[in-house]
Amino acid sequence: MIISFVLDGEEQTLDVDGGLRAVDVLREYCGVTAPKEGCGTGECGACAVLVDGETRLSCLMLAAQMNGCIVTTAQGLGTDGPHPVQEALADLGGVQCGYCTPGIAVTAAEFLERNPDPTRKEIRDALSGNLCRCTGYHKIVDAVEDAAKRLQKEHGRGE
Amino acid sequence: MNILFPTSVEAALDALQVNPTARVMAGGTDLLVKRRAGSETPEIVVCMEKVADISCIEVQEDRIRIGAATTMSGLLDNTDIRERLPLLHRAAEVFASPLVRNMATIGGNICTASPAADTLPPLHVLGAEVEIYSSSGKRCIPISDFVVAPGRTSLASGELLGAVIVPVPQGRTIGYFEKVGKRKALAIAVVSLAALLRVESNVITEARLAWGSVGPTVVRCSDVESQLIGSAPTLDTFRSVGESVRRAIHPISDVRASAEYRMEVAVNLLLRLAEQAADPTGIKVGF
Repeated sequence: MIISFVLDGEEQTLDVDGGLRAVDVLREYCGVTAPKEGCGTGECGACAVLVDGETRLSCLMLAAQMNGCIVTTAQGLGTDGPHPVQEALADLGGVQCGYCTPGIAVTAAEFLERNPDPTRKEIRDALSGNLCRCTGYHKIVDAVEDAAKRLQKEHGRGE
Repeated sequence: MNILFPTSVEAALDALQVNPTARVMAGGTDLLVKRRAGSETPEIVVCMEKVADISCIEVQEDRIRIGAATTMSGLLDNTDIRERLPLLHRAAEVFASPLVRNMATIGGNICTASPAADTLPPLHVLGAEVEIYSSSGKRCIPISDFVVAPGRTSLASGELLGAVIVPVPQGRTIGYFEKVGKRKALAIAVVSLAALLRVESNVITEARLAWGSVGPTVVRCSDVESQLIGSAPTLDTFRSVGESVRRAIHPISDVRASAEYRMEVAVNLLLRLAEQAADPTGIKVGF
């Protein structure tokens, strides 16, 4: 089937089997390798992407479901450079092997949009569907906390 | 695999009529996992995400009608659910993870009919009914008649779950829901207990209890419920019905827990319910 969607700001029109998984289409047909496949069953969050602004698991989504949607991966998250969440993850040691990072980045970015001044518990809850085997989570939570401050400062300047 | 996207209930029913072997997909968080494992190999999937009629939440006098395609996040974000059906809200809060909650639906959770389904024990004690559509009309049945066995519902071929209708408890009731899992997020319940109690002048006048993950479907126990009625909501009262609970439930041993452990937890959860019921602050519903 023909599917059209906006991927990281660019129009895509593909002729694919609609029953393929979104994660496979993004990686293998579109060459966007930010979404990773970890578990393939919705438990690790490595494949998380934004679909029309909401975090979704691209391993539990069909290619056909992307039709007409705006899909944003960690690759398209920042506009003029890395998103503050991505900068904070890098600066505060929230990235080690990096496999979970794209999923964490999109999940955290969407969360901070809804909750710009979160508590550490709220950050932990928001990221509870994103597994990381390297960092032990403290540095990731530190980074998201820091990113919230960066975003608040950015918005403060903009007003 | 051919995927159909009906945009109305009528179109969805037509699609099921024309394709009797089609599988209905709501959030896909169970179906696509089963497909990956090879236990489900649907050739035609009727995807419900564009059927707007069944994804809204409506307050109707003393009940709330929840469209089957409402996501768990949709339940969590809804003020009426939070304020009037906190038991169900609590179940949505402990459901999987935020990412799964953005996709999984209440209708999917009901139709998957897992013995460990998080929304089923609260829906049982709240006395929910399900609204089923077919090309010949609509029928409404209690949730307890709908889920008949692990993974099996009373949906006939060509039928579709449209909504779940939940009566809002009236007056002062005490609600309780607890899910015990191996971890806090992304856990399948080892045991869960939902309860709705009415206590007047320190006497239990109504008691509804429903356990999850200790039998093929949700377990209600009328013996336990009638023993509680007429007693004060004390620790001793809840302790005294432990034996009846043990007789009523039939847990199995599996990868998550042994049958013996489940039995202990199922009985022990009553003690937490006692703490809740003894709260003198007169809360309407709490956890």
